[in-house]
Amino acid sequence: MNGDAPPLPAPGEEVLYSESFPIRGNDFEHGGSVAARVKVILKQLGIPSDSIRHLSISNFEAEMNVIMYADEATLELQVLSGEVRVILADRGPGIVDLDLAMQEGYSTATPEMRQRGFGAGLGLPNIKRNSDVFSITSTVGVGTTLRYAVQFEA
Amino acid sequence: MTMRLREVADLLGCQVVTGEEHLDRLEVDACFAADLMSDVLAFSRAGALLITGLASLQAAHTADVADLAGVLFVSGKRPAPAVVELACENSIPLLSTTLSMFEACGRLFGAGLGSAVRR
Repeated sequence: MNGDAPPLPAPGEEVLYSESFPIRGNDFEHGGSVAARVKVILKQLGIPSDSIRHLSISNFEAEMNVIMYADEATLELQVLSGEVRVILADRGPGIVDLDLAMQEGYSTATPEMRQRGFGAGLGLPNIKRNSDVFSITSTVGVGTTLRYAVQFEA
Repeated sequence: MTMRLREVADLLGCQVVTGEEHLDRLEVDACFAADLMSDVLAFSRAGALLITGLASLQAAHTADVADLAGVLFVSGKRPAPAVVELACENSIPLLSTTLSMFEACGRLFGAGLGSAVRR
């Protein structure tokens, strides 16, 4: 991993649930399974369905990004009262131009990725659109870390 | 205007790949047609029928995470067993028609279904 540790909850914040999910690069056969597992967990925890949809869409896009571009990653799920946070840190090539990567339609996808229905340059903007909190940091040759969260009335 | 998935299947002469038991229960009022799952994830709204020529595992995952009512595969596309299994686990009906994307969309639009684009 790139040494970028997930943030510790602030004092007074109680983490109701947390779990880490490994994702392997190029593992197209399982692309979507982490998002599906997290969705089941969020349902069981009684998170509002609108929030689950936003998070699941982001998790699926983020998972596919790892499969398409990175070597491996860990998706860390943290459920707090009124907020679900995701920290996805990958080991991979990193992103040279973050502004460009955030532009809708910009993509470095290969034909195989497009055959899977991805790689249209919508992933990162889509995650941002579905999140109340979003940040991305990347170091070329090391990896990329995404942090996003969806908030709701507890 | 809403249609039960059973009516959709009848209108388009669909083969029911999985989810036969849900067809009389599930109703749709709108569809989203795309081969690009990122488009579906970005722009569709929950409860829509996905119309696609992409019969991959990612199509079934997309229907699951985006809370879609079901998936209609066009041009005679048939999903692999792993895709069917995933859809079955998540109670997502899969239909398959030999009609093209254009004709399937045209018939459903003509029957009164709308576009499931998220505002």
